Amino acid sequence: MSAKTLYDKIWDAHMVRCSEDGTALIYIDRHLVHEVTSPQAFGGLRLAGRVLWRQSANLAVPDHNVPTTHRDQGISDPVSRIQVETLDQNCEEFGIQEFSMLDPRQGIVHIVGPEQGATLPGMTVVCGDSHTSTHGAFGALAFGIGTSEVEHVLATQCLIQRKSKNMRVCVEGVLPMGVTAKDIALAIIGRMGTAGGTGYVIEFAGSVVESLSVEGRMSLCNMTIEAGARAGMVAVDQKTIDYVQGRPFSPTDDQWDQAVLAWADLHSDSGAVFDAEFVLNATDVEPQVTWGTSPEMVVPISGKVPDPDEETDSVKQSAMKKALDYMDLEPGTAVVDIKPDKVFIGSCTNGRIEDLREAAAVVGHSQVAANIKLAMVVPGSGLVKRQAEQEGLDKIFLGAGFEWRDPGCSMCLAMNADRLEPGERCASTSNRNFEGRQGQGGRTHLVSPAMAAAAAIAGHFVDVRNGDDDI
Amino acid sequence: MEKFEKLNGIVVPLDRSNVDTDAIIPKQFLKSVERTGFGPNLFDEWRYLDHGEPGQDNSDRPLNPEFILNHDRYHGAQILLARDNFGCGSSREHAPWALVDYGIKVIIAPSFADIFFNNCFKNGLLPIVMEQAVLDGLFQQTADTDGYRLLVDLEAQTISPPDGEPIAFEVDSFRKHCLLNGLDDISLTLEHVDDIRAYEQRRKQEAPWLF
Ligand code: SF4
Repeated sequence: MSAKTLYDKIWDAHMVRCSEDGTALIYIDRHLVHEVTSPQAFGGLRLAGRVLWRQSANLAVPDHNVPTTHRDQGISDPVSRIQVETLDQNCEEFGIQEFSMLDPRQGIVHIVGPEQGATLPGMTVVCGDSHTSTHGAFGALAFGIGTSEVEHVLATQCLIQRKSKNMRVCVEGVLPMGVTAKDIALAIIGRMGTAGGTGYVIEFAGSVVESLSVEGRMSLCNMTIEAGARAGMVAVDQKTIDYVQGRPFSPTDDQWDQAVLAWADLHSDSGAVFDAEFVLNATDVEPQVTWGTSPEMVVPISGKVPDPDEETDSVKQSAMKKALDYMDLEPGTAVVDIKPDKVFIGSCTNGRIEDLREAAAVVGHSQVAANIKLAMVVPGSGLVKRQAEQEGLDKIFLGAGFEWRDPGCSMCLAMNADRLEPGERCASTSNRNFEGRQGQGGRTHLVSPAMAAAAAIAGHFVDVRNGDDDI
Repeated sequence: MEKFEKLNGIVVPLDRSNVDTDAIIPKQFLKSVERTGFGPNLFDEWRYLDHGEPGQDNSDRPLNPEFILNHDRYHGAQILLARDNFGCGSSREHAPWALVDYGIKVIIAPSFADIFFNNCFKNGLLPIVMEQAVLDGLFQQTADTDGYRLLVDLEAQTISPPDGEPIAFEVDSFRKHCLLNGLDDISLTLEHVDDIRAYEQRRKQEAPWLF
């Protein structure tokens, strides 16, 4: 038998059938559902008189529209409310397990899945959401789908797919202090470009990826979609198994032993061939800050806003000019001279307990700078929030002048009331700095939780490694 | 799904790369639980000078005269020329819904984001991947000629300029078949119910913890 990549193995194990032209029917083990991309799928099912194929494969949670304050008073925006209520009704009607808005387990779908053990190694995991790539951190094949495909999975538990190509991204060296998985993800996208992974499934490997915690691997895989890849994944090791053990949806007893045995094979065979390889030496990666309106527009904290006149590709040059105009930045400005108005710590990229610990450690006993209009921490789930409160992290944030909110997507995409006003600048731990993403006219700089916390304290971007006097 | 066979349509050029789904249809419109009605809000933040909200009457909103879709000469366009990585960002199928609702039936770009590309085919919208150099030529011709049109023939897999040689394009055979015949994926898959059940039986033995 020839050597296989991790992706090859999971793909082969889920193939229901394959046509001569290479179009395959792939079985889906786990389907995660949220309120934004599912209503039309349930509607389609109902319209065609079709039934749900397998109830237990689905888990639903509202996250995009939920308010992060005064949740007991319900959702004031009527349109958002209808969407969340529609999810409740659909789950009730089709018999799907849901953690509804007031459930303590509610949170961002990509944080809730792994937290519950609903994401397991070797699974195929899909969700009507591009950041489903997050779940690849468990050695799962996980990718986002559109609403038609959500309906397809509900009705058939399968998807029609063609196999992507294999890419390995090796992150070698040693991660410098103060540099996180988020910085690695941004550095990779900066070098590879937002279309660099198009057509591929990426396996992250190398000494740095091995050294990352499972949560760090989730942050890394989360941003694979920003590199254009279908999915990102990391081989299973003891850390993965330890993380999964004992969670509500995880197997127990004999099945656990059987599963662990099977998971031992969830890595690429030595000698497996990748269609593309990309290597990043982490040793000289600095904390990253995006300056533009695409995640590839990123520079190290010691860097400057680039000059479009130095770009030779005319399409890129015009994109840079548009981005600088939108971001209201001058070429040559030092990144440390950029001052955010708001700071957002949260999202499915960086809303887990380790992220909050990292940010709180930077905050310490300091205060949010006077020029920061709002600094908010939005835990990724109710359970993350509870854990953080048990550790006293909420006290650190509140003491410094941060707001401590209820879990949800919040200002990652501003579908609820949390948003930037036109012209406002934000240091954000989320994953997208697109125009208008955090509110129309809002300007986003993507950073790690530690860097966001440091910017909140200093009032401008600052190298978190310096122990700068400002912080 | 509506069939796609041939189309002779006006071309509109959108000359920027990394056009993301947030730009195609901003998030406030994603709150709808319907599949239709997104056309008036396609590219909302670029197309209008004010801030759009769902349920609003769009007919008296101030248009941004600079935005390409608002130029008279591109009125009624059905073919969109675009740049690299079109449709990147979120998985929202609202993006192809908005494009289709507006009247766009074909998008030609050097590269597309993966999920968006998939979503197009499910909605009778044909995304065509075209070499940069060829595309540059089409951008140029569109700029030079008022009312520039292209004839897109899916069966023949060609794009024909009014006075030029047909340009060939690639398309996945399965997707082509579905588009040409307006086939619905779910019905196709449900023809294989026995295969799915057999797979599940086998998997339950091999990996019972997945069920
Ligand atoms: S946190 Fe942001 S990126 Fe993640 S699922 Fe929510 S909206 Fe999407």
